[in-house]
Parts: sequence; C-alpha cells; structure tokens
Amino acid sequence: MIFLRRQLPLLITLVTGLLFAAQYYVPHPASEQMLTSATKWLQIVGGFALILGVTSLFHQHAVKIRRQEAGWGYSLVLYVGMLGTIAVGLWANGKESVEGTMTAFGWIYNYMMVPLQGTMFAILAFFIASAAYRSFRAKSREAAVLLVAAVIVMMGRVPLGEYLIPLSGDVSSWILNVLNSSVRRAILIGVSLGAVALSFKIIFGVERSYLGGGKE
Amino acid sequence: MAAVQGGQRIFSPVLVAGPSPDWFNWNQLNNLIIALSFGGLVFYSISYAKRHEIFLRRIPGLDAVDEAIGRATELGKPILYLTGAHDLHDPSTIAAAVILGKVAKRAALYETELLVPHREPITMAVCQEITKQAYLEAGKPDLFKEDANFFITADQFSYTAAVDGIMLRKKPAANFFMGAYFAESLLLTETGASTGAIQIAGTDSDHQLPFFVTTCDYTLIGEELYAASAYLSKEPVQIGTLRGQDIGKAVVLSAIGIGIVLATVGAVTGAQWPQLFLDLLRDLK
Repeated sequence: MIFLRRQLPLLITLVTGLLFAAQYYVPHPASEQMLTSATKWLQIVGGFALILGVTSLFHQHAVKIRRQEAGWGYSLVLYVGMLGTIAVGLWANGKESVEGTMTAFGWIYNYMMVPLQGTMFAILAFFIASAAYRSFRAKSREAAVLLVAAVIVMMGRVPLGEYLIPLSGDVSSWILNVLNSSVRRAILIGVSLGAVALSFKIIFGVERSYLGGGKE
Repeated sequence: MAAVQGGQRIFSPVLVAGPSPDWFNWNQLNNLIIALSFGGLVFYSISYAKRHEIFLRRIPGLDAVDEAIGRATELGKPILYLTGAHDLHDPSTIAAAVILGKVAKRAALYETELLVPHREPITMAVCQEITKQAYLEAGKPDLFKEDANFFITADQFSYTAAVDGIMLRKKPAANFFMGAYFAESLLLTETGASTGAIQIAGTDSDHQLPFFVTTCDYTLIGEELYAASAYLSKEPVQIGTLRGQDIGKAVVLSAIGIGIVLATVGAVTGAQWPQLFLDLLRDLK
C-alpha cells in the first residue's frame, strides 16, 4: 500500500520529470511527438478531472440546501442555473447558433455569461480607484515617494498630462524603463531560481509534501 | 554540380541528401550546463544545511501567518486560503499547496475552520490530501472536513464573484492569496480588505504585485513564495535550498556587475576585447 501511495508516485515523478526536462534539449521529431501526445493526454485527464470538481460543487450545495444553511437560496440558484445550462446545451448539441439562429444555449452564453463577466471586470476600475486612494495618502515617507512617482507616471501616460507638464513624458519613461524594469527583472531572476530549485526538489523526491505531507 | 568551360560541359555525379534530425540541440548546451550546475549547487547546499546551522532572515509576511490564524481563532471566524489561477503545472501552485499544508496544520491545532475554494479539480484533489495529512499530523483527524477544499469553477470572473460572495457572507478573519493571479487579484483583495480581514498574499505574478502590496497587510514577493515552506517548516532540506538559491543569485549578480564594467570599458576605450567576454556572458543567459 505504501508503495502505491508513496513510492510509485515518486517514481513516476522522477521518470517523467527527467524525461520532459530532457525533451527541452532534444529537437528530434520523436521528442516533439512525445510532448504533443503528453499534452493531449493531460487535456483528456483534465477533462475527466472536471467530474471531480462538478461532483464537489453539487455535493457542497446539496448539503447547504438540505440543511437550509444561511444563503441556501444561492445554492438553489446555482443548481437551477447549472442544470438548466446543461439541459439547453445538450438540446443545442453545444452549438451557440444553428443556421444563423441563436440557440437557447447561445442566448444564455451571450446575454447572461458575457455581460456578467463584463460586469465583474468593469468593477475593477472602481476597485483600482479605492485601492489607489488608500495607498496614495502620504502618511509615510514611502507612501509619499509612491504618490509622487504615481502622479508623474500618470501625467506622462496621457496626452493632457504631457501637454501640461512636458517633462513628465520623459521622466515617466525613465521611471518605467529604468527603475521599474530593473526591479521587475530582479524579482523575475529570484522567481526563476526559486522555480528551478523547487522543480529539482520535486523531480528528485526531496519535496514530497504535495503527496500528502507525511514523512517516513 | 555542372561546369561550363569553352564548349565543354561537365556534370558531377548526382548525390541524394536528406536532412537528419539531431538528438541534441547544441545551442542549448550552455543552458544545460547552467541548469545542472545550479541543481548540483542546490543539492550540495541541502547536504551542507543538514550538517550546519544556517541563519534565516525574518520575513514579516510569514511571521504574520500565526498572527492571522490566531486572530481567526479568537474571533471564531474561518480562514480563507486560495491557491491561485494556475493548475499544478505551475511551480507557484505547488508552492501554494505546500504552504497550505503548514497553514492547515496550524488551523487544525487551533481548531479553526479552513475554507479552500479551487479553480482546478486536480489541484483540489491534491490539496484535499495535503489538508487531510496536516490534520493527521496535528492529531486532529476528527476535525478534518472533506469539503474544506471545494471546487467552484474554472472561469476567472465567475470564480472571483463566488469567492467575493464567500468573503462577504462568511467574513473570514484571515485571507491567504498564494500562487499565480491575473486581473482577479484586486477584485479579491479589495473585497477582503473591506471585510476587515488580515490578508497575506504570496505571488510570482510580478504584474499583480502592486495590487497585492496595496491591498494586503503582508505580501510575499516573488521568490519569497517559494521560500515560505522553508521558513514555516525550518527543515534543513528546505533551508539548504534557500542557500542554493542565494548563491545562484550571487552568481547572476556578479555576472551582471562584470558585464556592466566590461561594457563600460569597451565603450570608453573603444577596445574590442571586452566584447569577447560580453558575447560569452550573452551566450550563457
């Protein structure tokens, strides 16, 4: 049992990890073919894994409805929405339109999903304003520096700002291309080294807590 | 090949040639050498850390993990933990899952409710196992709930709306945002800030860092996300890896420093020899 739960997954990780790391250095068509096949298999496995997710979702909301927990009405809406969409999706063969006529499935997608997603994305503008208001209050030296830099960059990125303060365009570019880029690159170097080190630990079984965390 | 001289034409024999694929991309040899050297360095550092004590500087964001869980316990409110937008192909998601194990163990010790909504079913299944093991290690297997990890949807903004709803209805006292994030980062953290929760973020998505820094109490920047499990566990294996990364960074920094000096000398004196070294450094990148 311990072999199936612990040693076999580690062995699979080691073999596939080394194989696909080597694949990066092998330009042979066989190597490319292997990568393409593995990617397709991953998509298939991912598709089946969705059953796991949907089961979890149905179970969680079924419990809420059965126990009539606070907000169980939302769970009911989710059930109706999901089952309704699945039903019309199957009815329309997954097509949004047939011979130029929109199906019920297409209608749900275009007139419900897309506007709802657009609404969520649009809220971002207001959240940026509120977050900026909190951060740009010059309560400390660091916040004051942030405020000044932000004002210069904002002025330099819009035509009116550059018209009012001609120097703001060049200063803004310098802040973005020199100060900002160098810090971003430093972060990316650290991230890359961290990701490579983590990959080595996982491939060679040094880091195994993702299997369930036990040590033996 | 054909040649014409005077009225005479000469033809060479016909040869048939076909391309044959290589089994090794020699242009990537430098990359392979650097990767293997760095790997060797990491494993050497791990063995060094097993024999010697290594100093770790404190990271306020990780010190605050206990504070956040303690606050949730005092208030009797849940802890919300997100593992990011990517699946387990991304090292940042794996790092987030590893940190989840440490957070879940402390949540189990303090008997505090843990909520982990997911965007990806395989990540959910792995995190369920990690959480279960954490509760076992904490000696509280009876407190483990299978549905602490639950799937919402793979759709970006539907997931964001659902998590925002959870924040507003359940009012978690501590929110953890680990892993990779995109446009949803500010929508999540600003909603969390409005509920008064302690918020700790950790991401390698450099384009989202300003939003996390602005709206969260503590932010693990870039590699600190990968270092978090070392700080929380204090295991020599993990600490050794950090030392390896630091030496790697020192090497990269030295290369940058030498490159700057050589490029400056080349530009000022007009000499060609610095270019040879600069080309070598460029090949090694």
